[in-house]
Order: sequence, then C-alpha cells, then structure tokens
Amino acid sequence: MSTTQFDVIIIGGGPGGYVAAIRAGQLGLKVAVVEAAQLGGICLNWGCIPTKALLRASEINHLLHNLGEFGFAADNVRFDFARVIKRSRNVAAQLSAGVAHLLKKHKVTVINGFGRLAGTAGGQRKVSVSVDGKETATLTAPNVVVATGARARVLPGLEPDGKLVWSYREAMVPGELPRSLLVIGSGAIGVEFASFYRNMGAEVTIVEVADRILPVEDAEISAFARKALEKQGMKILTGAKLGAIRKGDNAVTIDVTVGGKVQQVMVERVISAVGIVGNVENIGLEGTGIEVDRTHIKVDPYCRTGEKGVYAIGDIAGAPWLAHKASHEGVMVAEQIAGRTVHPIHPLNIPGCTYCRPQVASVGMTEEKAKAAGHKLRIGRFPFIGNGKAIAMGEPEGMVKTIFDDATGELLGAHMVGAEVTEMIQGYVIARTGELTDAELKETIFPHPTISETMHEAVLAAYDGALHI
Amino acid sequence: MSINILMPALSPTMKEGKLARWVKAEGEAIAAGDVIAEIETDKATMEVEAVDEGVLGRILIPEGTEGIAVNTPIGILVAEGESVPDTAVSAPATPAAAPAPVATAAPAAASAAPAPQAAPAGTGKRVFASPLARRIAAGKGIDLSTLKGSGPNGRIVRRDVEQAASAPQAPAPAPKPATPAVAPVEAGAGYESVPHSTMRKVIARRLTEAKTTVPHFYVEMDVQLDALMALRRQLNAASPAEGPGAYKISVNDMLVKAAALTLRRVPKVNVAYSDDATLVYDDVDISVAVSIPDGLITPIVRRADTKGLRQISTEIRDLATRARAGKLKPEEFQGGTFSISNMGMYGVKAFSAILNPPQAGILAIAAGERRPVVKGDEITIATVMTVTLSVDHRVVDGALAAEWVSAFRNVVENPMSLVV
Repeated sequence: MSTTQFDVIIIGGGPGGYVAAIRAGQLGLKVAVVEAAQLGGICLNWGCIPTKALLRASEINHLLHNLGEFGFAADNVRFDFARVIKRSRNVAAQLSAGVAHLLKKHKVTVINGFGRLAGTAGGQRKVSVSVDGKETATLTAPNVVVATGARARVLPGLEPDGKLVWSYREAMVPGELPRSLLVIGSGAIGVEFASFYRNMGAEVTIVEVADRILPVEDAEISAFARKALEKQGMKILTGAKLGAIRKGDNAVTIDVTVGGKVQQVMVERVISAVGIVGNVENIGLEGTGIEVDRTHIKVDPYCRTGEKGVYAIGDIAGAPWLAHKASHEGVMVAEQIAGRTVHPIHPLNIPGCTYCRPQVASVGMTEEKAKAAGHKLRIGRFPFIGNGKAIAMGEPEGMVKTIFDDATGELLGAHMVGAEVTEMIQGYVIARTGELTDAELKETIFPHPTISETMHEAVLAAYDGALHI
Repeated sequence: MSINILMPALSPTMKEGKLARWVKAEGEAIAAGDVIAEIETDKATMEVEAVDEGVLGRILIPEGTEGIAVNTPIGILVAEGESVPDTAVSAPATPAAAPAPVATAAPAAASAAPAPQAAPAGTGKRVFASPLARRIAAGKGIDLSTLKGSGPNGRIVRRDVEQAASAPQAPAPAPKPATPAVAPVEAGAGYESVPHSTMRKVIARRLTEAKTTVPHFYVEMDVQLDALMALRRQLNAASPAEGPGAYKISVNDMLVKAAALTLRRVPKVNVAYSDDATLVYDDVDISVAVSIPDGLITPIVRRADTKGLRQISTEIRDLATRARAGKLKPEEFQGGTFSISNMGMYGVKAFSAILNPPQAGILAIAAGERRPVVKGDEITIATVMTVTLSVDHRVVDGALAAEWVSAFRNVVENPMSLVV
C-alpha cells in the first residue's frame, strides 16, 4: 500500500458508501473505501438491481401469457429459468464494475477487506483493515464514514438453510423454480419476491403478522394492492402467526394461525423477509462514544455519531432502509466534511417504492398518520381507469391518492399503485421538497397522454374535482 | 368614426394611473385642446387634452378608478350625430394612429416628500421562500422579509416560518431593516383608520428609504441675520408700490440664493452618490420644501445661483401657490441638486432634515430670533438663526460639511454677494 493517510475513510462500498466516496472525490478530498465484499453493496449485487431484472422477466412472462388482449397469439411459451437468473446476475455484475470505474475516475482508493474503527492517533482516526481475520493495513483520516449496511433478520427456526428456507440471497439465485412458495413478511422485499415467483408461475402464499400487506403504505393502497395480487392467484394471510415448522425432503409445512384458526401451509420453499438488522458487530464501536440502539447507530440529523469525525449513513444509521436514503446521506456527509452547507434529510420527503405488479409508490404521510398528526385533510383519489394512456397500455388497474392539509395546501402525502408509479412518484417528491402547495400542482401542465395525468387529476380531485371522472 | 380615448402615459416609466376626474360629461361636445379628464399617478395629476373634436360618446372607466393600465380605453370619442358603441372599438392598427388624447403636463397635482425624484421601482429585495412557507406566513401574519431562510441558498422554508411563529415575541433577527416595525395598536384603543393618499405612501416610502439607507451626518451653526435683513429692507423699499414690477423679497428667497451661491463656492456638496461614482452636478437647482395640505412637496428653483433675488422670489411664490393647489408639473418638482427646508415661520429653534436622495445635502433653517451674542468682549443683541446641514456622509465628509456651513454663514452675514 502506497499511502495510508486520507481525508476521509468510508467503511462499506454500498449505495451509501460509494456515493459518499464519489462526492468526496468530486470535492477534492482524498478518499478511501474499505469494502469486505462487492462494490455496490447489497443494493446493487443482491437487492434493488438484480430483483428489478428478475421482476422484468416475470413481467414479460405475464405479458406473454396475456398476448390475446393485444391481438397476438403464441404457442408453447416457455422460459429457461437458469438464463433468467443469469441475466439478473449479469446486470448486477455490469453495474458493480461500473461502480469500480466511477470510483477510479474520482481517484478513490478502494481497499478490499473488513474495515474497523481502531481508535485515534494524533487527532486522526485509525481504521484497521483485515482479510480473513488477518490485519492487512491501518489507515488514518480525520473523518470516517460508517456505511456497513444491514442484513436480513433471521427468525428462530427459519434460519436460511440454503435449500428449503431462503433469505433474499438464495431467493435471487434459485436452482429451479419452486412449484410453491411461502413468503414470510409483506414488506417491499417480501412482496417483490412474491410477485416475481407468482408471475413466473409458482403458487405463492404471503403471511404477514400485521393486519395488512405493505404495512408502511397507506391502508387504502395496501388494500388495493392486496386485491390485485389476490386476483393474480396469490394467497395472502394477514394478522397471521407462525407456529410449528416441519421440514421434509423437498417441502416445508408451517402452521399458520389466522383469527384463532390454525391452518397448515405446505410449500416447497420458504422465503424469510422479516426485516433487517444493522451490521454493527466487530466494527470497533465498542468503547467509543458511538451509541448503538437495536443494531443501528444513533445519529443526529447530520448523520453525526457520538464520536467527533465519525459519521454513519444508510441502513446502519436507521430507517427507512432504502438505498436512495443512504446515497443522499452519503452526499450530505461528504459535503459536510468538505465544509459545505448541508441540509438534513426530511424523513417525510423520502419516497418508497415496491416493484411488484402492480407497483406501489408513496411519499409523505399516510392518511392515518396525517389524521393522527392533527391535520384537517383534503383527500383526492383518481383511478387509472379514467386515464387514456393507462387504458391504451392495457394497465387500467391502479389509483393515485393525494392528501393535502386543508389549512395550508401542503401536500402531506401521495400514494400510488399501478403501472409505472415508481417512475412517477418523483413528481410528488419534488412538490414536497420544494414545498409546493395545491396551487402550484393544479397549475402544473402534465403531458398528455401519460399515466402521470392521474397525478394531476388526484390533486384536482382533492379540491374542485377531477376532470375525467 | 369612433375613436378610443386611451389611458395616457404621463412619463416613460408610467405603467398605470388613477382616473381622478372626468372634466367632460357623456354627450358633451369636445374641441381639440379641451381638457377632458384628469389622471393621477403617484407623482402628479395631469390633464388629458383632446386632440380631435367630437362628442364624448361614452365613459368606459368611471372617475376615481385606480390602477388603470396605460393604453386602456377609458372613453369613446364619436363624431357629432354618430351612434355610440357600448364598448371600446377594436383597436386601430397602431395606438399612434389613433389620435387619442395626449397628456400635456398641465399644471397638476401633488406628490412627494422632500424628494420627488424619480421614484425607485419597487422597494425591498426579492424574498426567496417556498410556496408553502408563503402560505403559512400569510396565514399567521408573519412578514417573510424579517426571516432568515435555512433552505437551499437561504430559501425560506416551512420550518423557518413555523419557528418564527412559535418564538414568543422574539422577532427573528432581521438581516436588514426591510420594513419599519409597525407599532401595533393597543387592543381596544379607539382610532379612525384614514387610508393613505398616494402622496402619503410616497412620503413614507422615500423617507424610510432615505433615513435607513443613507448615512446622515449633521452640522449645526448659528448665523446672524441682521445684515441680511437690513439689505432686504433696502431692496423691498425700492420696489414699486404696486403694478407688474412690484416685488417683496422674503428672507427665505435670500437664503435660497445664499445656499445656491455657497454651493458654487463649495461645489463638492452639490453632488449625488451613486454606487460607482460621485456625480458632481453642473447646475445648482435648489429644491424648496413646501408644506401642502396633505403632505409636502419640493418645487425647484433651477440654476438659483444665476438668478436675481426678484426672479427667485417670483418663482418661489408661483411654485408654492401652484404646489398648494396640486398643480405642479413633474419637472417642476422632480430633480434638484440640494434642498432647503425652512421652518422659521413656526418659531422652531433648530431641527435636522432628512435627505432627499440622490441629493447629498439639505439645509434645515430655524427661526431667526433676537439673542444675546458676544462681540469682542461685549454682550450685544443680534438676530440669530440656527441652521443644520444634513449631508450624505458617503460623499460629503464632516470637514467638507463644516466648510460649507461656514461659507454659508459668511454669505448670509455679508449679504452683498446676493445682489452683485
């Protein structure tokens, strides 16, 4: 190693860490990224990106089986599951290589190994790097960004075994398509895998302990999504408790209690998607001023920890566990270290997206939360069936819901379900970030014909009434 | 054919005005040159003269209407016997082709505070605030210009307004005195709300701007008047008793001339400050503050240093009379290089005047009174007045101001230079 002295050392090369590194490099800082696995982190290698490749394949499969609607006919439609999986891996590999290139372009030093805070020396923070438990380097810098991310939470009795019980990782590289699948947990990860496998042809059951799927979404949207998924043949059990688990050779039987009644669910595979835990172990937090609260590092609105010069970003720094939140925090911290004026993240301005079919996207408060916060609400709804483009696309299933504060016209929340909504939610995110009110949204001209017109209509519906319904 | 009478532009910068009065009634015959209406801006009242003859067919905009954009049809002129359209006729190809009445700067009204210079367009800096912040501020009655923004590039966002709203009584530290603090009226205090006249608004705006943006500096001096008053008696005694040649020169007339001569002697006070340079005026034009019923105005004695006392006296009397009648032309009160404000007639002991930007000096003249003065080792009685020169310290330093006041005293106490 030629040099070990940096302006900032970033532990973890995921969407938080590598983006922080690029930004710090842009701002002229000397940057090191310590990554124990792959650049791009879970998001790029085992999360957001490869699942999108899989979901795209399953969407094509769905279309191929519904060609008649568009006047096509095809016989003997089939797929090579291994090639579907391979494509997903290739996409991840391509992007990971892209990250390496970007870091090189911004003169970021990438160090392979496991990074750990190792005290201070002469006002500098030390980070030790080890490979296979053997220390390979000690780096120093006045600033350290902890971006070690998170991993899947494991339920006792449902530890991933590589065969019958999968975590997201096994679910992404299955040897073959299981005939039946139980997905435990109906957050974004669970629902996306459920949607992929269902659209590829598997029998899918979702169990969720809460009383509805996608529990962080607005209740109305969550009910809409449930109906749509059930229409596709998915079985959904909410308010469900897991009981005894019996593993067979190529099958798992699980007792599920719903409303006091026990039913046995027998499936070939189980995906456990019950949340995440932060990677706080063995990274040198012990004995420092850095506080850990249930596997997450406590930070202030500027991502500062209890130790001066140590920042934490992304999943390790708490909810929401979203790549774009991590990246934004990475930029904010890099700019902070470079002496720029930065603005804390407003949690209600972070959009959330779930790429099941139909897609779900939202920003801001749900109706329930907005009510609880004491707002007098104005709510607008608009269904995709009133939108020309949606009908032309053969995607008439969807809706947009807007929630405004009656007193100020603030867009408190926006919730969407339907085709392409993950691409459209940014319109409402801009409105929230720019603190636009109903007045500006009403005045905005939406292009015709687009599905985005439903966003405008949902605003109008909250006030004087939508035009096309 | 019918012709639209258009709202005239009284100045190149005028965008809108008030239709103060219709002089002619619907159906009344109009000859070219007749005054048909009066238009009021923040600076002046002007008469609209007809260019064509005909009949005032229809009044489209009733008198008293404010904020009429230039070139809006205000009435319709028709030929004798012609039927009258209800609405403005479709505009001819170019407004110039329509012989619409032109406004001549007829003697007309009213305006501005000691400084009716071209009013600066729009006071106050642009406030960058999110729409939501604006809406919440409006709802809570918070002045955004008093807030400091915490958003991108200092933009005022919701949080800033909410913080200001929740801060009990503690006004956010204003980065600059954007608006004068308004003393809230005690709850229950009885009062009558008198809406501001246009002139009152101009006075308020211009004086606030002058006092808050120009660093004032004051120099005060006692000046003996006996010699000047003796000269005045001699001059007035020489006037014919009556007839066109009769005159009566006032002390004020002589002080205007004295100030003008002093500015010639100390020309560095006959200046204006601009961001890039000090503008040294060629002429000496004295603005004379005149109190009028609803405010004050400063008609100008142009090139006062070159005019005789008799002419200055005649001009000031004429200007003051027409100022009180609200009939000054804009060029008669806009401009000037130095101001004089005389409150001697009220027995005022001394006062300091607010500058009239971009002028750099204003002389406040108090009452002449008999006071004991020390001459040599004797205490004698002399007529003494206290004058206070306010200067713009950006361009006139203290020593220069003192030099000017001293020179002024010299002129007044040795007044023969006023007549030679």
